[in-house]
Amino acid sequence: MEERIQTALEKREVESAAEPTKDGALFVPRADIMEDREGLTLLMDLPGVSREGVSIELEKGELRVYGKVMEKTFPGDAIWTEYRVGDFSRTFAVAEGIDQSKVEAGLKNGVLRLRLPKSEALKPKRIEVKTG
Amino acid sequence: MVTFRVRDPFLPSASGELGRLRREMNGLFDSFLRGSSTAMGAGVFPPVNLYEEGDSFMLTAELPGLEKENINISVQGADLILSGERKPESDGPETSRHLHERQRGGFSRVLTLPVAVDAEKVTAEYRNGVLKVVLPKAEAAKPKKVTVA
Repeated sequence: MEERIQTALEKREVESAAEPTKDGALFVPRADIMEDREGLTLLMDLPGVSREGVSIELEKGELRVYGKVMEKTFPGDAIWTEYRVGDFSRTFAVAEGIDQSKVEAGLKNGVLRLRLPKSEALKPKRIEVKTG
Repeated sequence: MVTFRVRDPFLPSASGELGRLRREMNGLFDSFLRGSSTAMGAGVFPPVNLYEEGDSFMLTAELPGLEKENINISVQGADLILSGERKPESDGPETSRHLHERQRGGFSRVLTLPVAVDAEKVTAEYRNGVLKVVLPKAEAAKPKKVTVA
């Protein structure tokens, strides 16, 4: 399924009815994906998620990321609300040719960074043309 | 750069009928923002929430991917300016982007609180990409109990 291009910056709620609704609203985190010769880099915004709250599963060509937000409510009366707080969930299809054993993840200031290295067979090879 | 001014038409009283009405009005405005991508305010970054508890306000903002040194908050009277820059990831050579959803670049928001706050006592913390600013109300803005002589 193609991702809908988001022009508004509002948070997008997970629409699938199959998704578990553990603690109320569940949101789709915004992501960037870059590809270079060596692999893919995936950046995902997970504000409010700590290292302990993030789970990443890579199985059968699917990369599933779940981010649990610990602090969902704040004291006092909400007198102005522009965003809602909830966990994050998103699944990506991962093309064949990613070396699953070498996937690395890091979380800093609410941004998850995943590095998915290409397996050797898929890296572009430079073929030298020999002059005879 | 996105600048957005929040003007709450109702002043202090958070309880009682006026408070309820105000919450309903905010609720209406919320669904208005969610319903349309062209509505004023739909493109604000970062999104903020404001809470009122007794003698102080707390502002929260989802602002992932910054260093705390690069978040600027200035307060004067009832106005709060939140600004900074979310630096783009530098692409190496031969890098192609497949998905590009995360906002980048400078931002600046001017927010007007319902009453003036004590700028000297404002504190802020940034953790896991969420900013929290605690804004104690200015002495002059606190409710006074008047004794009938």
